[in-house]
Amino acid sequence: MSHTAGIDIGSTYTKAVVVAEDGSILGRAMEPTGFKLVQAAERALTGALAAAGLVRGDVAYLVTTGFGRHQVGLGDASVTDLTAAARGATHFFPRTRTILDVGGQTMKASRLGADGKVQSFRLNDKCAAGTGAFLEKTARYMGYGTDEIGPLVATSKVAVTISGVCAVFAESEVINQLSEGTAPADIMHGAFVSLVDRSVQLMKRVRMEPEFTLIGGILRFGRMADVVRSALEASVNVPPGDMVQFTAAYGAGLLGQRRLRRLAEKAHAPPAGA
Amino acid sequence: MAHAAGVDVGSTQTKAVIINEARVIVGRALTDTGANVMRAAETAFRAALLDGGIPEEEVGFIVGTGYGRYKVTFGNTQVTEISCHGRGAVHMFPRTRTVLDMGGQDTKAIRVQPSGEIQDFCMNDKCAAGTGRFLGAAATALDLPLAELGPTALRGERAVKITTTCTVFAESEVLSWLGKGKKIEDILLGVHESIAARSIGLLRRVGIEPEVTFTGGVTKNRAMVETLNRRLGLTVNVGDESHFMGALGAALFALDRIVAARAPAHAAETKRGVA
Repeated sequence: MSHTAGIDIGSTYTKAVVVAEDGSILGRAMEPTGFKLVQAAERALTGALAAAGLVRGDVAYLVTTGFGRHQVGLGDASVTDLTAAARGATHFFPRTRTILDVGGQTMKASRLGADGKVQSFRLNDKCAAGTGAFLEKTARYMGYGTDEIGPLVATSKVAVTISGVCAVFAESEVINQLSEGTAPADIMHGAFVSLVDRSVQLMKRVRMEPEFTLIGGILRFGRMADVVRSALEASVNVPPGDMVQFTAAYGAGLLGQRRLRRLAEKAHAPPAGA
Repeated sequence: MAHAAGVDVGSTQTKAVIINEARVIVGRALTDTGANVMRAAETAFRAALLDGGIPEEEVGFIVGTGYGRYKVTFGNTQVTEISCHGRGAVHMFPRTRTVLDMGGQDTKAIRVQPSGEIQDFCMNDKCAAGTGRFLGAAATALDLPLAELGPTALRGERAVKITTTCTVFAESEVLSWLGKGKKIEDILLGVHESIAARSIGLLRRVGIEPEVTFTGGVTKNRAMVETLNRRLGLTVNVGDESHFMGALGAALFALDRIVAARAPAHAAETKRGVA
């Protein structure tokens, strides 16, 4: 059995997925990235192997991805997070042409060709507005933790307008709204809408086409996909359950499987020019 | 004797200044703006009255300024903080041609004419990078009081290059440098360098013409003053009242109104006389 693993070292979390030869997931685990990237990657991989009931020696090919892949220097190969996400997203939704990936500190939009390869992409990595950090800050100004964002926004009836140009300036806006008696749920909902406005701008810049697939840690808040859906006035794909967070790691593992097959083909093929 | 008051409701702190007819500051006060902006304005004004021992009836005109100026409900009128900082800076340092105002959430570069009138200005209104808040983020990350940032940075020898633009991400960058074993002094020096570089970028957009007067809350930070001086290659004007410059400008505008209210009779007569 030739198992592979993908590790996605993201800005906030590091995700690892162990993939079987048939492409199915054998185990997965997630760890906060922190500042010691190598340790985070090792811990996530160990966790995923434990979940799969496997040991390190069972992994025939390891692919790393995510912003920290160079620093970690682990594995047999590394691919960009865009490539890994494209592979993972098209595994779930083969007709994906545009991917929106909203993580803790980055927002990425990419457009894929019919072959599933990345044709164009845009990133937002200089500014926290439009990333998970914006939602986290907004929640914190109101005294809520990150885990409470999902349940809180689920109770909102109407979104208030939050300008969303800067995660720091949002604080004054939040305070003003609270002092006017606005419900925290509606403020949080407003933050979602403003984040999605920025996402849609980014998607426009890659000349988005359906089908749209949404991934990244922020998509674990169910309401997020609804807000994107109504902003785009189109249906959107969301990988099932917590797979929104594992899409790129899974994609890396799947790419590892492809690499293994190629290596096997080469080994069996008669040597070129013989 | 009539007095005039200026109340500058900033994003982080609210400042109030009372001046007499000789344009001398006789009372001043500072309070955190917090969530209740209206109350902060009132608190600062009352504290300034108390500081100067001035009865409220003696204050003939109150001007509100700053982002929360419309919440100075007891004020007689409002003037933008751009005008007030320009006016205050030229009053304190008459040869001022460029003003850099660095506050809690925004930084403004202002060009003033010799008369104190505003010629041009530029501000970061979309992003908190390069503002006092960047220092706040560093203070949070390092668990240091704001007042210790400057003195600590002054002990730095080799500034760490801060690469993040966003204030939110700066917090994690500071921690990651700490994790890599950099000295707090050098990290903080790097933070000051980064803010100074951004502010100077803003100043360049309005044109840097000496003298440059530095105003706002961050003027109390010695390391920022020194970093600006070194990078600009000149000495910026800073005084004890620099933190109150916006409120002082507002008070000066208020005094204008008191004087103008007395003048009409004379002015009208003069006009008639000329006509």
